[in-house]
Amino acid sequence: MRRLAGWPGAAASGLVLALVLAPLGAVLWRAGGAGWPEPADWAALRFTLWQAALSALLSAALAIPVARALARRRFPGRDLLVLVLGAPFILPVIVAILGLIAVFGRSGLLNAALGPLGLPPLPIYGWHGVVLAHVFFNMPLAVRLILQGWLAIPAERFRLAASLNAPVWRLLEVPMLARVLPGTLAVIFLICLTSFAVALTLGGGPRATTVELAIYQALRFDVDFGRAVTLALIQVALCASGAALVQRARLPDAFGAGLGRSVQRWDGGHVLDALVLGLAMLFLLSPMTMIAWRGAPGLLHLPPEVWGAALRSLLVALAATALTLALALPIALWGRSLGTFAALLPLATSGLVTGTGLFLLVHPLIAPRLVALPVTVLVNAAMALPFAWRALAPAIEAAEAGHGRLADSMGLRGWTRLRWLLLPALARPLGFAAGLAAALSAGDLGVIALFAAGDQATLPLMMARLMQAYRMEAAAGAALLLIALSLGLFWLFDKGGRRAAA
Amino acid sequence: MLQLEDLVLAQGDFRLQADLAVPGGGRVAVLGPSGGGKSTLLAAIAGFIAPQRGRILWQGRDLAPLAPGARPVSMLFQDGNLFPHLTIERNLVLALDPRGRLTPERRARIEAALARVGLAGFGPRRPSALSGGQQSRAALARALLSERDLVLLDEPFAALGPGLRAEMLDLVTEVLGAAGRTILMVTHAPDDALRLGDLALVVDEGRAAAPTGVEALLRDPPPGLRNYLGH
Repeated sequence: MRRLAGWPGAAASGLVLALVLAPLGAVLWRAGGAGWPEPADWAALRFTLWQAALSALLSAALAIPVARALARRRFPGRDLLVLVLGAPFILPVIVAILGLIAVFGRSGLLNAALGPLGLPPLPIYGWHGVVLAHVFFNMPLAVRLILQGWLAIPAERFRLAASLNAPVWRLLEVPMLARVLPGTLAVIFLICLTSFAVALTLGGGPRATTVELAIYQALRFDVDFGRAVTLALIQVALCASGAALVQRARLPDAFGAGLGRSVQRWDGGHVLDALVLGLAMLFLLSPMTMIAWRGAPGLLHLPPEVWGAALRSLLVALAATALTLALALPIALWGRSLGTFAALLPLATSGLVTGTGLFLLVHPLIAPRLVALPVTVLVNAAMALPFAWRALAPAIEAAEAGHGRLADSMGLRGWTRLRWLLLPALARPLGFAAGLAAALSAGDLGVIALFAAGDQATLPLMMARLMQAYRMEAAAGAALLLIALSLGLFWLFDKGGRRAAA
Repeated sequence: MLQLEDLVLAQGDFRLQADLAVPGGGRVAVLGPSGGGKSTLLAAIAGFIAPQRGRILWQGRDLAPLAPGARPVSMLFQDGNLFPHLTIERNLVLALDPRGRLTPERRARIEAALARVGLAGFGPRRPSALSGGQQSRAALARALLSERDLVLLDEPFAALGPGLRAEMLDLVTEVLGAAGRTILMVTHAPDDALRLGDLALVVDEGRAAAPTGVEALLRDPPPGLRNYLGH
């Protein structure tokens, strides 16, 4: 029974497939010019794999005690804590890095505390910093994924275990972790394979260059297309294997509702849990606090070019948001597996590979810097699409399951079905998806670095340049502005959705 | 008149056979054990399940080519009979115009229908602000407005207490019966069948029997129904 026209969903899916696959085609087409990888390329591949594996292991290992504490304790402020765990996802990467430098950097809080004790300063530039930043971003994600697993254990089992005085850990929790951890590790591994901004700012050099960063350097500094193509092919193979891992491991749902619950249990460990949660919050909140602290004075004398960059970021974010929704909504309404594939495909691609392909496509026609902002909008929209789709598709399914037959029996089809059945149910997820797309896009530092000329920087790129010039105060001021922009956009859209749904 | 001609419905291993007619304006209780196929029968008439064989005719016209929304059928489900995000008025106007445009004339008709079921002035409220019984009344008002001759009730009052249920059945008879609608209602309770009216049909062991007088049927039930009723 066809209730909605299929062509908008088919067209949107086709567009996404073209946007992702055409650049890939361009890379393959130029592959004739690619040489066999040089030693530096192999080193980049080794480092990429190694740091992604280490980041995934550390994130998951640290997340287990945090998730357990959240699963078994009820206390005031718990909801706020769960909220903080969601923040790194929409926090611009470059902003978080600046905060991490303020805490863990050479003249940061930690080394200031270690110095008087006669301990050597801890370095943040190099592989340490890359892994540290990846743990900062992905540990909260791991907590959310693992917490889902914990809360999926029925309360009766805990009651039964308590009445038998059986070891909860071995009986219930180890089997649950064995189910949840592979997916968690795989998804963090995949995310870290394609991380660019972290490697750009904290990594570099022969011992801490990822493939993604190497592509950027080959295109931008060496203008060596052949090498960029070789590296892009390596990255494609990496992403495809990473995505296959995630597919095999079956990812638990991090977006799912119900993180607000906790299960009553009868085993001890109150002090331990309090300590674990306190440390986790310190780790997550201190960088954010440092940005506010250091950035506030910088706000007063921002370099004038920062305002232009902020305006460009705002426009890019709004355009990318509109495009994301224009793609995600028809694809989600279409509900075919080809649409699902198209919506999730950007998760398995890297921004820099897509960027390289687009660079190769436009380069013979016009100067890439002329299309820097439109290309950024396109790529950002594609990157936000999987998350927007994930927010919309279950809501559509729920509305159809709950009231689809009623709508059928009343003859609601096409636009009237959309208007009276689906859009009202979608107001909230649409607002959430728009907020996510806007925040991700405003904070993104990826293809823009590949394309932009000096006077075209978005705010994240401007921040990276200020940091490279060691103008840390100005960078911190710009960081505050960027936080206000991304979180403000997220809040506005999300709130708008909630209000429309009320 | 509703005719089920040599009808066979199949869902997986389950098969249901029916060859019967319901007179126009009849009020028929559909009785039988759980899983016997009562809801399946209604779903087929409403157009949610395509028959494997046979025809469903209303006033001599084959319903097969018609989508659920185009059939002369109003259906009340077990739950979810109102869109929760729309006001009662918006919910009801969809029965008059699928595009949902409210005109002064339609407003007046909605208000009259609401008054008819004892909900005068409830138009601007959301379903969540109504009690279960009031929600059922609002759904009945919509069936009244839709002017579709065949009303299918798939246990819409099952979640209500006995007193409220009796009240709703009286309202069905009074409002929809008086408007000349043909009514088929799935129920588990013999009392409900008696209260609804004149006819009853039994769905059991893969067969829907022709409707007969409800009192006679309950006084001398066939073996399957006898087991089910526990006599």
